[in-house]
Amino acid sequence: MKKDNSRRSFLKNISLATFSALALSGCDMKAVDEFLQDNFRILTKEEKDVIVKNLEVKYKEKYGKEFHVSDKPAMDGVSFGYALDLSRCVGCRRCVYACVKENNQSRDPQIQWIQVLQMEKEKGIDFAHSTIHYNPETVPEPGHFYVPVQCQQCENPPCVKVCPVKATWKEEDGIVVVDYNWCIGCRYCMAACPYGARHFNWGEPNIPKEELNTEMHYLGNRPRMKGVVEKCTFCIQRTREGKYPACVEICPVGARKFGNLLDPNSEVRYILKNKRVLVLKQELNTQPKFYYFFGV
Amino acid sequence: MKNDFLKKSKIPVFLMVLAVVMNNGCSNSESRSGNNLEELTNDASAEIRNTVQTSEIAVEQPPFTEGIFPCNDCHSEMVPNPVRRELVDMHDDISAIFDHDSENRWCLDCHDMNNRDSLKLASGKLLDFKESYKLCGQCHGEKLRDWKVGVHGKRTGEWNGKKEYLLCVHCHNPHSPRFKPLTPEPPPVRQEDIN
Ligand code: SF4
Repeated sequence: MKKDNSRRSFLKNISLATFSALALSGCDMKAVDEFLQDNFRILTKEEKDVIVKNLEVKYKEKYGKEFHVSDKPAMDGVSFGYALDLSRCVGCRRCVYACVKENNQSRDPQIQWIQVLQMEKEKGIDFAHSTIHYNPETVPEPGHFYVPVQCQQCENPPCVKVCPVKATWKEEDGIVVVDYNWCIGCRYCMAACPYGARHFNWGEPNIPKEELNTEMHYLGNRPRMKGVVEKCTFCIQRTREGKYPACVEICPVGARKFGNLLDPNSEVRYILKNKRVLVLKQELNTQPKFYYFFGV
Repeated sequence: MKNDFLKKSKIPVFLMVLAVVMNNGCSNSESRSGNNLEELTNDASAEIRNTVQTSEIAVEQPPFTEGIFPCNDCHSEMVPNPVRRELVDMHDDISAIFDHDSENRWCLDCHDMNNRDSLKLASGKLLDFKESYKLCGQCHGEKLRDWKVGVHGKRTGEWNGKKEYLLCVHCHNPHSPRFKPLTPEPPPVRQEDIN
């Protein structure tokens, strides 16, 4: 027991020594701070505020622009839900690119949080016979329908369960988030997600400076690093400010609906009550809060 | 405190009206039939009321073709011809695409003969272009109901606050309402094409 303790303190001292050496050698103290930063979930409000302020400075140095990084927590009495009208979606992929832009996804290597699956009407919802690479002159193509898939914000998220370092969790308002600073890139969560909704930064992400969205959230669209996992956050930087997600606002056919599941007067609640609704892979008991419905 | 909040955020009157409408499960003035009948008979003969002020839903401006409104700029000089016919001298572009129960309907089923700056319900009641959804709702009642609660069509703004609606005619050309095909954005890069 005693031996163990001394070994631990020995290791501690080594790392301390290393860092003081780094500090003395003129290495950026902020980088050291960032390296030693705790899991975002257990930080105090004050600590979070310091961290996001530091990020704003860091991004300004890197990209030469003013940024606003928010650490706004979930609102009380809110549980977000999403509904997508399968009878309306025409598969135009406007949502995919609006999302890429809003959420600062890497253009090359390409990362897209929304994937639009084309399926055959005759086969119904059948992932095995679907494609995301359809590319006709115009959509919709006769005999086909479209199922856009993104993070389903499960009430019972398998990705959260498997993360060995607790770098991903479900917030009070139901949004499943990732602390990119805490993610070790093991990709267990990607294997666990039945919807293919998580994406890995295999390379250094690339976004043209002028296209960067400067309104950010720590747990959302701030620039990611190589080696971390990312995914849809219901546009946390927008929705926690009361705005609709970007994909809702761009959809030219109005197929996308968003709101508070705890508010009986919300659009999503109306849909759950009055329309034919389904969730993907219900048999897995992930309990998605992303509902598909038939508006007709 | 409450007043303060209202003053600060300058919520337009129509939004408050909207809130009332939503709370009542979409009942609007039409369902209060008592006053309504009187109103209708008055309205039929009366000049068009400026219905914009009573508009109960925040909508974007109607999508008029450039320079076409107000219609009365031309029509006030003309003697109206109530005979059902295909237009050839003017508005032939509309005749060419007209596909909205064209067998049974023509211009003056929706446009008022005497005041071209307004639309007309089947009842004879005049309607501002900003409220064209009521006209559409005469036949597409189910769609109107879904639209009012924000389920049919697009809403932008705030999920818990101020919202803006598009009119039916922003997406559906009223003379040819079927939704037109779109060019899709490019498909994602194939895995095998990633270096
Ligand atoms: S923008 Fe709307 S219609 Fe187009 S693919 Fe996305 S959900 Fe479907």
